[in-house]
Amino acid sequence: MTYSEFLAKYSTDIWRAFFTHIELVLVSVGIGVIIAVPAGIFLSRHKGTAKYILSIAGVIQTIPGLVLLGIMLILMGIGKPPAIAALSLYAILPILRNTYTGILEVDGHCIEAARGIGMSGGQILFQVELPLAMPAIIGGLRLSTVYIISWATLAGMIGAGGLGDLIWTGLSTYETKFIVAGAVPAAVLALVANAVIGFFQHILTPRGLKLGR
Amino acid sequence: MSTLFSLTIEHMVLVLIAIAISAIIGVILGIICYWVLYLDKVILWVVDSLQTIPSLALLALLMIFFGLGNTTLIIGLILYSLLPIVRNTYIGLTGVPPHLKDAAKGMGMSKLQRMRKVELPLSFPLIFSGIKIATVTALSIAVIGVLIGSGGLGYPIYRGIQTMNFGAIIKGTLPVVIMAVIFDFLMSKVEYKLVKRAK
Repeated sequence: MTYSEFLAKYSTDIWRAFFTHIELVLVSVGIGVIIAVPAGIFLSRHKGTAKYILSIAGVIQTIPGLVLLGIMLILMGIGKPPAIAALSLYAILPILRNTYTGILEVDGHCIEAARGIGMSGGQILFQVELPLAMPAIIGGLRLSTVYIISWATLAGMIGAGGLGDLIWTGLSTYETKFIVAGAVPAAVLALVANAVIGFFQHILTPRGLKLGR
Repeated sequence: MSTLFSLTIEHMVLVLIAIAISAIIGVILGIICYWVLYLDKVILWVVDSLQTIPSLALLALLMIFFGLGNTTLIIGLILYSLLPIVRNTYIGLTGVPPHLKDAAKGMGMSKLQRMRKVELPLSFPLIFSGIKIATVTALSIAVIGVLIGSGGLGYPIYRGIQTMNFGAIIKGTLPVVIMAVIFDFLMSKVEYKLVKRAK
């Protein structure tokens, strides 16, 4: 079977795997953001707790992706939910750490100035701290997304579908076309996501910060 | 238990071989980045892209060329470990204070002598920290090696997943996590000493 025949026969499967992959990544990273950004803000107000939480999260990060997926498989069975649970856990740390350090690194003068012109705590958070920390937060989001696109290829193993499914089929039947059909789109997806989020990181950097650099 | 121990050793040896080779290639690439104008962006972009590619995808593609087994895993780990090493070498070399470079030049040192005796030693702490990051990451990625037929701790973990055996997964995972924590701790200590000595 040549590559063109292969593509003609399996193109719908490849597209489906591609979109499932994107779905897994978007949902997991979305959950990660919803948990990590508020948690990062909270930790920046409670530095004592932050040390412990961040080191616990750091240890979770050293657990290989395969293991966490395996544990979720046993706890929750086969399919998308266990994969999303495992991937979301992984998505949290980079965003959490960057939100935390991003807010802490905001220049103290800016916050004082904001307080001086009579801003409330909430106003300072939303109009000063968060915009200034935005490049760091998006940086964390970028790291998370690239990681999750990578780990999501392993999710095929626990029946969640996605591009890993194709790689998996290829590896177990030793059919290189399936490997290429899964691996190349996964690689392209990761590279494109990295570039696109990098672009947004640039756009969302406040003008004042860009001038300062 | 003895098999788990030997698998742990195998896992560590595979990672250390890959890191050793990657360190040599990475430092050389870092030096090229520093010496050759314009090539720095190209090399950094390539190693950055290599690390962006999902690990399973990279390993599966490499398997097409190198077959099943440990060699493929080592090559994958080498490619994956390049980014932190190349980047830190480059940052370290460009960060050497200009007056020291000038002094070396003034003493009549050649380009190679300056690199060997002044620039590399001064950037070594940063290079070492790049190697540390690469090592800890590689320990975790090496687990996936089982899917392309290589040894190490991926095997008991994968068997555990297949048989839905919680205990077996944990038993395979603990050595990986413990090794990562120990390597991180020891290498951070060395890094701290290096930085202190450099000052």
